[in-house]
Amino acid sequence: MPVQYYLFLSLALFCIGMMGAMMRRNAIIVFMCIELMLNAVNLLMVAFSKMYNDAAAQIFVFFIMVVAAAEVAVGLAIIVMMYRKVHSVDINILNRLKH
Amino acid sequence: MGIYEISFWVLTIMALSCALGVILSRNPVNSVLFLIATFFAISGHYILLNAQFLAIVNIIVYAGAIMVLFLFVIMLMNLNADTEPQKNRLVQIAGAISGGTLLLVILAALRTSTIESLDQQATDIGLIKNLGKTLFTQFVLPFEISSVLFLSAMIGAVVIGKKEKEHTA
Repeated sequence: MPVQYYLFLSLALFCIGMMGAMMRRNAIIVFMCIELMLNAVNLLMVAFSKMYNDAAAQIFVFFIMVVAAAEVAVGLAIIVMMYRKVHSVDINILNRLKH
Repeated sequence: MGIYEISFWVLTIMALSCALGVILSRNPVNSVLFLIATFFAISGHYILLNAQFLAIVNIIVYAGAIMVLFLFVIMLMNLNADTEPQKNRLVQIAGAISGGTLLLVILAALRTSTIESLDQQATDIGLIKNLGKTLFTQFVLPFEISSVLFLSAMIGAVVIGKKEKEHTA
């Protein structure tokens, strides 16, 4: 399987995630689209790790997953807090950081 | 077309269609379920690429932990009705066009690139024994630092999510 196929697949996943982040108004869906983009990058890194026969890329994917888990914990806490303040997760309302 | 190619194309179509389902479905709960299906397809790709450890970690961490967290938050906020106000048409079309333009530009730039094919011989770098040795010799300092990151993220989430008292300024 040529590595180009994995390149194009992860490119398509990344662009779908980017489109979703720009098209939706729900903050949770925007957050999920960011997760999708991170996973597209992970897939590409694993494909290149197999191509160059190097384990360091897979360790990097592991660290990306670690950072994504920490990011989700803090980000969802922020979204819950925003919901408690303004009773909405619409990012058009959340464009001011000050309440 | 061997079993490898067939499973590659099945997983690719599953990943792309479920990713489209994430951004197109109106109900946030459906979006979460589509995203879980996308992660399973990506895990299948990891297995095809002989990265078994990452496939299992992807399922456990992403599909198991992170997505359940998303589902909890959505159900906690009662968002599982499709009452989300939509962006106006113009912004949606602009988002779709700019995303598609990025796809086209990078596709056109990479179309004629010559990268050698993935060699089919079985490599064992993705197995847990090999990755564990690399992680605990070469990357042991980032591993320890990531534990500090987790601790600070946990404390931060608790501090942010704590209910404020009424009169504190």
